[in-house]
Amino acid sequence: MILARFLGPRVWILIAAILAAAILVPLSNLALPADHPLHVPSYLVPLFGKYVCYALLALALDLVWGYCGILSLGHGAFFALGGYAMGMYLMRQIGARGVYGNPELPDFMVFLNWKELPWYWTGFDQFWFAALMVMLVPGLLAFVFGFFAFRSRVTGVYLSIITQAMTYALLLAFFRNDMGFGGNNGLTDFKDILGFSIQADATRAGLFAASCIALALGVLLVGWITRSKLGKLMIAVRDAESRTRFIGWRPEYVKLFAFTVSAVMAGIAGALYVPQVGIINPGEFSPVNSIEIVVWAAVGGRGTLIGPVIGALLVNYGKTVFTALAPEFWLFLLGGLFVFVTLLLPRGIVGTIDHGWDALRATRRAKEAEKGETAGTDVVPDPAE
Amino acid sequence: MNRSIPWLLLSLAVLLFGLGPAAAQQAEADPAAIVQKFGGKQSFDATEAVIAELAATGDERVARALRALREGDLYWREGDEAVFIATRKGSDYEIFDPLTGDSAGTVPSGDLQKVRVKNSIRNAVTGALGTLTLRAENPAQRMRAASTLFSDADPEMIGPLDAAIAAEEDSAVKARMQEARASAVLASDLPAADKAAAAKVLATRADRESLTMLIRFAGATDDPVAKQAADAAIVAIQNNIAFWNQTQNIWYGLSLGSVLLLAAIGLAITFGVMGVINMAHGEMVMLGAYTTFMVQELIRNNAPGLFEWSLTIALPLAFLVSGTVGLVMERGLIRFLYGRPLETLLATFGVSLILQQAVRTIFGPSNRQVGNPDWMSGAFDVGLMSVTWNRLWIIVFALVVFLALLAVLNRTPLGLQMRAVTQNRRMAAAMGIRTPWVDAMTFALGSGIAGIAGVALSQIDNVSPNLGQGYIIDSFMVVVFGGVGNLWGTLVGAMTLGIVNKFLEPYAGAVLGKIVVLVLIILFIQKRPRGLFAQKGRFVDA
Repeated sequence: MILARFLGPRVWILIAAILAAAILVPLSNLALPADHPLHVPSYLVPLFGKYVCYALLALALDLVWGYCGILSLGHGAFFALGGYAMGMYLMRQIGARGVYGNPELPDFMVFLNWKELPWYWTGFDQFWFAALMVMLVPGLLAFVFGFFAFRSRVTGVYLSIITQAMTYALLLAFFRNDMGFGGNNGLTDFKDILGFSIQADATRAGLFAASCIALALGVLLVGWITRSKLGKLMIAVRDAESRTRFIGWRPEYVKLFAFTVSAVMAGIAGALYVPQVGIINPGEFSPVNSIEIVVWAAVGGRGTLIGPVIGALLVNYGKTVFTALAPEFWLFLLGGLFVFVTLLLPRGIVGTIDHGWDALRATRRAKEAEKGETAGTDVVPDPAE
Repeated sequence: MNRSIPWLLLSLAVLLFGLGPAAAQQAEADPAAIVQKFGGKQSFDATEAVIAELAATGDERVARALRALREGDLYWREGDEAVFIATRKGSDYEIFDPLTGDSAGTVPSGDLQKVRVKNSIRNAVTGALGTLTLRAENPAQRMRAASTLFSDADPEMIGPLDAAIAAEEDSAVKARMQEARASAVLASDLPAADKAAAAKVLATRADRESLTMLIRFAGATDDPVAKQAADAAIVAIQNNIAFWNQTQNIWYGLSLGSVLLLAAIGLAITFGVMGVINMAHGEMVMLGAYTTFMVQELIRNNAPGLFEWSLTIALPLAFLVSGTVGLVMERGLIRFLYGRPLETLLATFGVSLILQQAVRTIFGPSNRQVGNPDWMSGAFDVGLMSVTWNRLWIIVFALVVFLALLAVLNRTPLGLQMRAVTQNRRMAAAMGIRTPWVDAMTFALGSGIAGIAGVALSQIDNVSPNLGQGYIIDSFMVVVFGGVGNLWGTLVGAMTLGIVNKFLEPYAGAVLGKIVVLVLIILFIQKRPRGLFAQKGRFVDA
């Protein structure tokens, strides 16, 4: 298979590790007794699941930023839209078990004195429809937004700023009660998904495994795209957009493709995130969230496949640890991380290691060549010959 | 000394025990006490004497009691002979304080006795009401009386009003009295011609109150002449109100625009002129606001007399604080990132997180109280619109800052060098300009201006660590909308966005209005990626 050759062993190790986690974590949580040293406690499973969703989100951003040079500061919006689509499905699954016991309307609508379900909620009682919307809504938004933005050649910082304005506008919109998405409180109190109780350990383990599989598929997809001819074009657009255009390509379509695919991935990440966290609210749209995604990718190393995954896992693990230890300290650390990475580690962890490795190999080769040269000069033609 | 102690005790006792009716009876001219004299059985002559006594106080609050007396709504309670205004409520009466009109509960009808009136008493009341306030010495008091009478629309008062109008010398008060008379005429059963004339008078007053009055009248009357006049007046008033509504919207828009201008103008320097994306710009504003807070705290503790000057003192300090932070940022961070705008964006975002958290750690996460000096508080009326002083000052201030910055850029050596470096860095360097120094100064200037903006914004917004976050996106929108590298663009952009926002608000609500504006800007950028006032010249995208 061509992929096997192109992706390189490192990516396969990553995929193998993800799949191993998908099997081992649920297994140790469900099968091992609670006092076993390798037992993963139930509260950790959704937490790990959250990290995995974030990793998928970082990977989605990496596709546009790392490979196509579009710094989107609005990827949190696609993530949240996917999350809301899933949340709407979960909301409909509550049925008559809500506080007000209305079989048709979610609690907040009863509370707001609404009489019937708004039209855009129809169909969300079907999982297949919700799953479709999870991909379609962020994808469509990205397509329309990108179509206009890229066509009129809004690039660089301007694009970053208007993507941020986009997520900000959505934040404001979703805060409104009349929008019909639960306003300030968002969607929560979920009961079950596909008939399984959302609180049950087995369901959570299943969701974790699903997130891992989605991440593995995401890595494969991004790997496949970026190693294809289209991927080469994306990198060309990233490095020299004008030149690519002058050669005769249409950079706007390349970007639009990357942006839309990336938004769909972000939407899927959001949809997997919501049932594991148990809530989706407008806070997910806040511009700060979107910028945080960027730092995950930056820390790990953009423009690589494993970098964003590693970055998202590391930064979020650090966030969990530090917010528990010293909540005040975390923002200092996160802020410092932004500064440190951009200033001293612009390639991210993976990129720096690669670069260092390449540099090392280059110097060694140079040395060897030098040695060879000097050796060559030393070699005196054998008189015996 | 010895004598003063018992006095002190006595006044304390009065304070402690005298808060009830006892205190009311102490002062002779207290209308609350006099009005109680209506209580108990008494002769008509005694009642008339009390009316005269009330009128002599010159306090317009007694008008309520007097009018109630005339209508036969004044009662006194069996037992304590306390006087109330009462209205029937089922089988009971609801009673109200005769002066303030505050509800005092309900009592069974058997407990109340009506204060008896006859026609001569009613005439005495009307006369008293007229002289009471319309003839007061103080024009302001006469003005108030006329205003009260206007709202009352009491036909009985036409006579006293006519007399007062004839005697009045102050033209403003006179006009107000004529309006009061007009409102009374509309409520009276005078001939239609008089009412038509009254409607014309109300049309010149042209506020919401006269509008409701005329609408009520036009609905009730069946006389074609009066109705026609009233309808004409209604249309005129509605036009007037619509005009003032638009003016108010523009005013609010300018006010919002000036806030946006203040927040964005520093960014117009750092982003617009230098091309540096400073995500910590909002935090510079926040630092300025906290500087104001610190200055006010110091003044409050050490020199309370200087409070009126606190903002003036805070301005240069805020400039210095934010400017210094900006300078440190530029030297320590941003200069390594020139030419890499996306990295700059991320790094400065990190700085903004650190600054926010630092302020949160030092000052706490809650809002800090920043006081308004006297000259910033209060409001005055222009036509039908109320103008608050702090909004007015902020508009003035924003324009002053804008002009000052314009002068710095166009009239000083630093400004010249700044423009030179922005336009052609290498050429400027070749001409001997120290470009790194100019960069640092430009960035410090932009940050310092943000600090100054913080002083102004501390007057109208909550001073909290999140202050800056609320402005950062709006500021970028203003600069991008107005056109990068052009201060005039920032001015026009800020004002346009402010006014559009305020005009959308009545139709769409505040939040939706804002969303619509954001969407409009996003669409606008598609159309003109370089903003309203694009810099002319040739560009090639990197």
